[in-house]
Amino acid sequence: MSDVLDRLIKLAAKKYSADASTIEPDGDVFETLGIDSFQAAELMSELEMEFDVEIPDYELQGVKTFSGLAGVIDKRR
Amino acid sequence: MLHLSRIQSIGEAIRDSIVTFKTNEALIEAERHRENGRWTYRQLRQEAERFAALCQAQGFAAGDRLAIVMQNQSKWIFSGLGAFWAGATLIPIDYKLTASEQLELLAHCKPRVLVTEYSTWLKMQREEGSALERTLVLVTEAPEGAELGQAQRWEQEPGGAFTYTARTREDVACIVYSSGTSGTPKGCMLTHGNYLAQAEILGNLYPLAEDERFFSVLPTNHAIDFMVGFIVPLLCGGGIVHQRTLRPQFLRSTMKKYGITHIALVPTILKNLEKRIKEKLDELPGWQRQAIDGLRRVNELATRKEPNHRLSSTVLRPIHESLGGKLKYIFAGGTFVDRGIADYFYELGIPVVIGYGLTEASTVITVNDLKPFRSDTVGKAVPGVDVEIRDANEAGVGEVWVRGPTVMKGYLDAPELTAEALIDGWLRTGDLGSMDISGHLKLVGRAKNMIVTEGGKNIYPEDIESHFENLPGIEEYSVFAADYIWPRGAMTGEQLLVVLRPEGDWPSDECLEELRQRNRRLPEFKRLSAFVVQTEEFPATASLKIKRGVLAEVLRERKREDAMRALEQG
Repeated sequence: MSDVLDRLIKLAAKKYSADASTIEPDGDVFETLGIDSFQAAELMSELEMEFDVEIPDYELQGVKTFSGLAGVIDKRR
Repeated sequence: MLHLSRIQSIGEAIRDSIVTFKTNEALIEAERHRENGRWTYRQLRQEAERFAALCQAQGFAAGDRLAIVMQNQSKWIFSGLGAFWAGATLIPIDYKLTASEQLELLAHCKPRVLVTEYSTWLKMQREEGSALERTLVLVTEAPEGAELGQAQRWEQEPGGAFTYTARTREDVACIVYSSGTSGTPKGCMLTHGNYLAQAEILGNLYPLAEDERFFSVLPTNHAIDFMVGFIVPLLCGGGIVHQRTLRPQFLRSTMKKYGITHIALVPTILKNLEKRIKEKLDELPGWQRQAIDGLRRVNELATRKEPNHRLSSTVLRPIHESLGGKLKYIFAGGTFVDRGIADYFYELGIPVVIGYGLTEASTVITVNDLKPFRSDTVGKAVPGVDVEIRDANEAGVGEVWVRGPTVMKGYLDAPELTAEALIDGWLRTGDLGSMDISGHLKLVGRAKNMIVTEGGKNIYPEDIESHFENLPGIEEYSVFAADYIWPRGAMTGEQLLVVLRPEGDWPSDECLEELRQRNRRLPEFKRLSAFVVQTEEFPATASLKIKRGVLAEVLRERKREDAMRALEQG
């Protein structure tokens, strides 16, 4: 597991009180955390701070999994 | 007051407005804390004419179709307005759909021109087969040297002069898809007359002063924002603000920075605002919190008959300032607004204007006129629009029918669907409701097999059935809105379910696992939440088409809680 993916999962799990060890990298972010798209936007804001990147909304269209999200962050670092 | 009775088209109305308000600020585009640009009405005219000339130089003519697939931003407005001035029928398409869904709608409406952002175009190009062979694709903000395929740059020189093209009230102004990317897409054909009637109603009920600003957050392709976040502000001489990210902290900072007065929101964002206000209050010392509670009560008493923005924003200044200090109205689709939240905002002196509408009737059918504010209904019929409750039961609940100048011409290329929806000049909404003595409408459920998501998307169960073909060991299956089978008298928390007829008594683990996996691949709002096992053969027509209505009746005899099994818990 990449460093970005690992940190992403830990942060998301902490924010939404999920067990990080049960989160699958290819799991659906919305489904796994039980969040809607607006909460996902909040999560993205925290991830941007954590990784010190700025990710335009259009890059997130169609991204559903934790690994997909990590890939988008990685590209911007 | 807006008087549009002598005006023939949206384009003409905004052209007149530009003459009147030429030096006013029309548009601001923000990107996080940065400002990408701001335009006066005169500059807006130049941008829209440049875009119209670009289309016309390539043969675009009156009645040709032009589709826009873009996030909310300045170029959406320039293109939309330019399209009207070039005589286009405009097709605003949801940028949140997947590329293949967008292409299906584009294949249905066959636009002459498509305007889209570079990132969206990249995704469309990855899809197999193209619905766009004969379409001129104009792409915004493509990086230098980017490979665009058949597309051209939106920003290129027009290469010709602009000629204003007049339209009439009877001409179709927009085709707006109310649902469906499979099956038969429902493209509502709305005329210039429909929009002008709606704009006049809303512009007079909730006008923007020339120094007021509407924050366009909901997608502009959506009927609500198209009307109150594009057309109405420009007819009133007010300003439109776009923020190119929907991150909550930037929505709040934009409201403050630009002194937003009007905004349309979905319930989730409304909840977030409420949460933030409550958090801010919790940070205050106890005596200040008590003081604010007291002031809330004073405000509530003083505004019981109607809102008074000046009074409320003075009495409750710290709270109003946390939202920019100038916010006068929040618009929200009534079905999903939590009453408690609407009441909370009203006590703070910020009315949540609750309305009810269908794309088929332009924007709103009923709306709360705030005299007085009520959170328990979706308001009264707007002026000029008739609302009737038909086939009412003893409790007064029946199907809502609508007639008036805002009702669409019909669905594009779907005469059968049109004939089902429009009967003798009346629109059947498929929603169930009752009317109280003061003319306020209350909605209680749906008469048709469909759900509406909080984001305003109509989901027809038939449209997702194809995702569940050939499940192992399943003889027959059918997807339903749970409330259609078992009405609950509520319009929130709607669920979809699949009825399965397995080979044996119960679907195999393999089948259920496959069902779950396919379900997870669907967009969040289309997912099933439960399954129902039905071992008897489904009632069917001679041509073996499942009789949904009859099957629903059969299932209704069972208890909802006994029949439905949660999909994710097996």
